[in-house]
Amino acid sequence: MDQSKIRNFCIIAHIDHGKSTLADRIIEQTGLLTAREMQDQVLDNMELERERGITIKSQAVRIVYQAKDGEQYIFNLIDTPGHVDFNYEVSRSLAACDGAILVVDAAQGIEAQTLANVYLALDHDLDVIPVINKIDLPSADPQRVINEIEDVIGLEAQDAPLISAKQGIGIDQVLEAVVKKLPPPKGSPDAPLKALIFDSVYDPYKGVIVFCRIMEGRVKKGTRIRMMATGAQEDVVEVGYFGAGQFISCEELSAGMVGYITASIKNVRETMVGDTVTDAENPASEPLPGYKKVRPMVYCGLYPADGAKYGDLRDALEKLQLNDASLFFEPETSVALGFGFRCGFLGLLHLEIIQERLEREYDLDLVTTAPGVVYRVHKTDGTMLELTNPSNLPQPTEIEYMEEPVVSAEIMVTTEFIGNVMELCQQRRGTYLGMEYMETTRALLKYELPLNEIIYDFFDALKSRTKGYASFDYELKGYVQSNLVKLDILINREEVDALSFIVHADSAYERGRKMCEKLKNEIPRHLFEIPIQAAIGNKIIARETVKAMRKDVLAKCYGGDISRKKKLLEKQKEGKKRMRQIGNVEIPQQAFMSVLKLDEE
Amino acid sequence: MRHIGIYIHIPFCVRKCYYCDFLSAPGSAETQELYFHALCRQIRLTGQGEKNEELSVCSIFIGGGTPSLWRGEWIAGLLSAVRESFFVEPEAEITLECNPGTVSEEKLAAYKAAGVNRLSIGLQSADNRLLRRLGRIHTWEDFLESFRLARAAGFTNINIDLMSGLPNQTLEAYEDTLRKVLALSPEHISAYSLIVEEGTPFYEQELELPDEDTEREMYYRTKELLSQAGYERYEISNYAKPGCSCRHNLLYWTGMDYLGFGVGAASLFLGQRYKIIDSLEAYVEMLSGTGESGGGGSALNAVKTQLQNLTSQDRMEEFCFLGLRCMKGISMDAFEKQFGIPFLEAYKDVVVKYEGLGLLKREGDRISLTDKGIDVSNVVLAEFLL
Repeated sequence: MDQSKIRNFCIIAHIDHGKSTLADRIIEQTGLLTAREMQDQVLDNMELERERGITIKSQAVRIVYQAKDGEQYIFNLIDTPGHVDFNYEVSRSLAACDGAILVVDAAQGIEAQTLANVYLALDHDLDVIPVINKIDLPSADPQRVINEIEDVIGLEAQDAPLISAKQGIGIDQVLEAVVKKLPPPKGSPDAPLKALIFDSVYDPYKGVIVFCRIMEGRVKKGTRIRMMATGAQEDVVEVGYFGAGQFISCEELSAGMVGYITASIKNVRETMVGDTVTDAENPASEPLPGYKKVRPMVYCGLYPADGAKYGDLRDALEKLQLNDASLFFEPETSVALGFGFRCGFLGLLHLEIIQERLEREYDLDLVTTAPGVVYRVHKTDGTMLELTNPSNLPQPTEIEYMEEPVVSAEIMVTTEFIGNVMELCQQRRGTYLGMEYMETTRALLKYELPLNEIIYDFFDALKSRTKGYASFDYELKGYVQSNLVKLDILINREEVDALSFIVHADSAYERGRKMCEKLKNEIPRHLFEIPIQAAIGNKIIARETVKAMRKDVLAKCYGGDISRKKKLLEKQKEGKKRMRQIGNVEIPQQAFMSVLKLDEE
Repeated sequence: MRHIGIYIHIPFCVRKCYYCDFLSAPGSAETQELYFHALCRQIRLTGQGEKNEELSVCSIFIGGGTPSLWRGEWIAGLLSAVRESFFVEPEAEITLECNPGTVSEEKLAAYKAAGVNRLSIGLQSADNRLLRRLGRIHTWEDFLESFRLARAAGFTNINIDLMSGLPNQTLEAYEDTLRKVLALSPEHISAYSLIVEEGTPFYEQELELPDEDTEREMYYRTKELLSQAGYERYEISNYAKPGCSCRHNLLYWTGMDYLGFGVGAASLFLGQRYKIIDSLEAYVEMLSGTGESGGGGSALNAVKTQLQNLTSQDRMEEFCFLGLRCMKGISMDAFEKQFGIPFLEAYKDVVVKYEGLGLLKREGDRISLTDKGIDVSNVVLAEFLL
């Protein structure tokens, strides 16, 4: 394979700027697929992705382009997720590329994730070609956006293709720009094998299918390969490349190519994303740079609504983990909820996606406990505990001090909403770092924010205060010391472990009060009065009461229509089944979830 | 001989009350006549069924709607149809529901002559303002006149229906109704608390209902005042002078068979529950003999719906949740005799739990709801579902 005829690239963009649509057009116009075969968005093949309009798993497709110079080029288009939760996935996809197409919306211009993604691409030494999309919109202002790209990012953009991916306008210009402006891969096919794993999926028949970019050397059927980080060794069963939606086997993959390897590997954990595959008999001396272990940022407890489904939940999590190395879980037990799992996620969106997939694809009813971040508890004995479950917080006497993770956040917003955004960040304990004006109408606000203040509903709050005009991106900055307390909820004087959470001391009273109010509305009346209390240690800081049920009686039965009465009783009994028993109190599953949405007014 | 009850539904009324969730509506004279004939036909066709000679009817209840809209001949016609088709015991209880203002001396005499020996009069309240609020067609004075006529016609077993928990009803106003009704000394009083049902005008309105405490107080006062006056509460909402409990009412709670005739009527017969279809048009058409299913047996089956063959578990559950509506409760021996399982084997946990909470009580062989248990009886009864 002639390396000069290969282009490995990805498309980066802020969410909704049209990345997936452009990918579709590129695939369509390169002629590998007929229009009839095109699904709406070929790269997003998970049902959930299409519904949410986002790309979760990075994937790749190999296409053949007949360029104007008369030559045929192989394009490997590697798809990347656009959401901040999946930064690491973006990062590893970028590492497999030599260049990137930056899509910017002709009306909206640069947004927070545009910047974040460009910086990531530049970090990976990618050549970036800007493309202005959605020029068919009435509000499109391509020249303004071109200037913005040059001023803010510093990329040459005067001859950026002006396109409408939706209407299919200007797609050839993009394809030609890929050929002319993006570099071909480098790397010697004769050097020892070095292949970067940028993804892997589990297939029940083939085992793990490793997606990789061959940086140096070659690999084919029978090559004994070794994963340099995990040490796992296997004989290659098959190599190939990515057709649209299918795997196409081939003889050999060599330096510069993007493709897949199968080798009867049973566990995705042996094929860590970012790891380097080498030839066990002729190994590379050094692995490729850039491998890092992903660390979950947000944790919560996941419990089956029906305790008997614990095994099913475990199986489902294991299956999801086969395809999602960033999902972490370990068994835990809650007094209130029984057996379940403490799960770690890249962010709240990741959490929601996993939760939805468990419910939808595995037909599980789940109870989720309040998500939290990883706190560092420095104990008086000099040791440090990374706390992911509030129930494990040591006694106050054993705690020297605690730290919480903070992020540096960039919020891009039109100037009229700057006040609102500042107010929000203030409320969320943000530290103002600075502000840059993009043009006269837009500004980039920089804040340091505690992660636990943004994992719940920060993005929703931001959108509602800016009429949807703000965009937001963040990255983990580090840990700072913080005055944190554990807030416990007592229902009928019994502590409900699944409702405990860690909160900053200043917000504890308000949080506690809101929790009690919310729970009061969620817990049905019982035969006795139920106090609901919020407490820090032994100190009660808020209280509500669910009054005792006075009356639940059917006065009349209708002319011997017993079925109707029975249905009513059955409904009552059914409702009870979906409750969790805490002492004498039955708490609806819903109550555990509702406290997650405390800030909705 | 097997004792059974018969229920006949007459779905016509002058005007629908605002709280009414029953299958009833005004109907034209022509519709009513067609319906009368269809009813008679359903009764007669059912009577031709096998093994009817083993049946003995101990109670007939003609309910509605407002059955007293119908003239004497029609009621007599219905009862003859029943008598021609089934053996009706000489002392059978035969109840007709009537509304004040719809009866006359002649009508009542005709009902009496036809064999009706018990009247159930829907009064609801003695407060004219409340009667209007409910959409009733009569006043307290209309009721007094109807009651007087009924007594004059020789009816010695009369029930009066009352309602509590009505919009803007005070405890005092409710007690006033109770006292006024007690002064008339009816044999039986049904006192229901209002349930606002979906699909009724009340459901759509913003009602100022008495709070729960007041509503419960009304319930307690009903029992107090009525028991002082010599009435026994024998079921959650029913009170009677000694020997005057409504037999028809009791057969529902004790699992006896009953046959329902007319639209929407429910039946329990030979271990099967079913209902007659709600649609009056379809009912009349199918039973007129001109419809597609003109034949006898097939017409009968065509009007049945929601057929459910009770399993032994269903019957155990019903034994409990229906039986417990009666104040004397259920007999553990009877349960064991009927189902071959010791009662406590099936329900020990429930009984222990609610005895502990003071909602159920055990006296010898019988288990029953306590006064406190009545207030929240749905919670308790739901746990008897297996």
